[in-house]
Amino acid sequence: MTSAIATKDKIRAQGLSLFYGDNQALFDINLEMPEGSITAFIGPSGCGKSTLLRTLNRMNDLIPNVTINGEVLVDGENIYAPDTDVVNLRKNVGMVFQRPNPFPMSIYDNIAYGPRIHGIRKKRDLDEIVERSLQQAALWDEVKDRLGKSAMGLSGGQQQRLCIARLLAVDPQVLLMDEPTSALDPISTLKVEELTQELKSKYTIIIVTHNMQQAARISDTTAFFLNGVMVEHGVTDKLFTNPTDQRTEDYITGRFG
Amino acid sequence: MDSRKGFHQSLEELQREILKMGVLVEEAIYLGVKSLANLDVQMAQNVIDGDRKINDLMVDVESACLRLLALQQPMASDLRVIGTAMKIVTDLERIGDHAVDIAKTTLRLSGDKLLKPLVDTPRMADLAKEMLRDALNAYVSHDVTVAEQLAKKDDVVDGLYKHIFNELQGMMEENSAHVKQGIMLLIVCQHLERIADHATNIGEWVIYMVSGDRKDLNV
Repeated sequence: MTSAIATKDKIRAQGLSLFYGDNQALFDINLEMPEGSITAFIGPSGCGKSTLLRTLNRMNDLIPNVTINGEVLVDGENIYAPDTDVVNLRKNVGMVFQRPNPFPMSIYDNIAYGPRIHGIRKKRDLDEIVERSLQQAALWDEVKDRLGKSAMGLSGGQQQRLCIARLLAVDPQVLLMDEPTSALDPISTLKVEELTQELKSKYTIIIVTHNMQQAARISDTTAFFLNGVMVEHGVTDKLFTNPTDQRTEDYITGRFG
Repeated sequence: MDSRKGFHQSLEELQREILKMGVLVEEAIYLGVKSLANLDVQMAQNVIDGDRKINDLMVDVESACLRLLALQQPMASDLRVIGTAMKIVTDLERIGDHAVDIAKTTLRLSGDKLLKPLVDTPRMADLAKEMLRDALNAYVSHDVTVAEQLAKKDDVVDGLYKHIFNELQGMMEENSAHVKQGIMLLIVCQHLERIADHATNIGEWVIYMVSGDRKDLNV
């Protein structure tokens, strides 16, 4: 079975290089990430995959001595242009982290936090957003009777889905996921994976994962990185059954490392 | 450095088991046809009894493949090696069954006299056997060229089959008393023709295993 790949690019990295001081961490990355699909980044530790993910919503801005050359286009607009509204960018391109990081407040307030910042005040509107977001994150049924309780009381898997719901509440277009299941148990992992399949029709998803089977299970396209270089990018089915580059072959069959 | 050494050793073990199976199957073809040419009932019975070992080997390889799929989650060429192993053992097992059917013909003809000494049938058997050996050599040495050459040899086998078909048809038309044995010998040739097809299938799987491409050699 060949995965259907949407043709329109949602995000595109063009000639992207990144330096931490004098150390170059990314080398001339050219990569299109199609709308309405899941792109996985795989590669050994230190290969640059998380660094690249963070360039997609300018999270690297927060790190001193980072220099970025090239462009990242979201819907054709370069997000590194001087007039970019970074807050708005991060609303459109949200990120889920390795460890769930709920705010120390109620489940409801976690979800309502973003919409409130963006000016939504009416309780009825907020109620609707909270329910819709939790529904979309497949968490509603588990928490609907305890929305006022602290989010810190949820299990790890529930917390991660809460964080996804929190992103969805501000109506993003792209979800960046940085090893979103590495701290979760297998069942919670499967729930998050299942969730990505439901979300991808509406959102463009880019996921960094150390788990190659996870990349194979959930993504439509996969990019393999090594030492800051994108070695191969292609349809996931093909990359995991018959990769083009010998380095990809060696990595995914465990013949180096 | 290979970080999955144990797993890759298991893949090599699969290959050894398949070769073991290949040797038994090749011998079954040889003895099956020889038993027919000599109407040697004991030899035919040995072929029939020996099929069990071939079937057992197939089950062993299939089980090992399923275990590796479940426990090792193979990717890329490793995945293709396992998929190919599962397909090849099916072809080998079928070849074994054809050899058994040939041996059973020997039993059915026991006590009879052959219409004529078998010449082309053993030739066809030799060719089919040679194709099987080529297919297994291609498998072991990951040699796509050898695998691709099976297509040509299969054409030769098909040509021989047509020749024998015409010859037996003529004999049956001449004398209706020859029909029963004529049909049996024709079916034997059909088995040999199918054996050559299975060898060609193995060649196709070798090409897939090595290159990831699917190619039809039996056109």
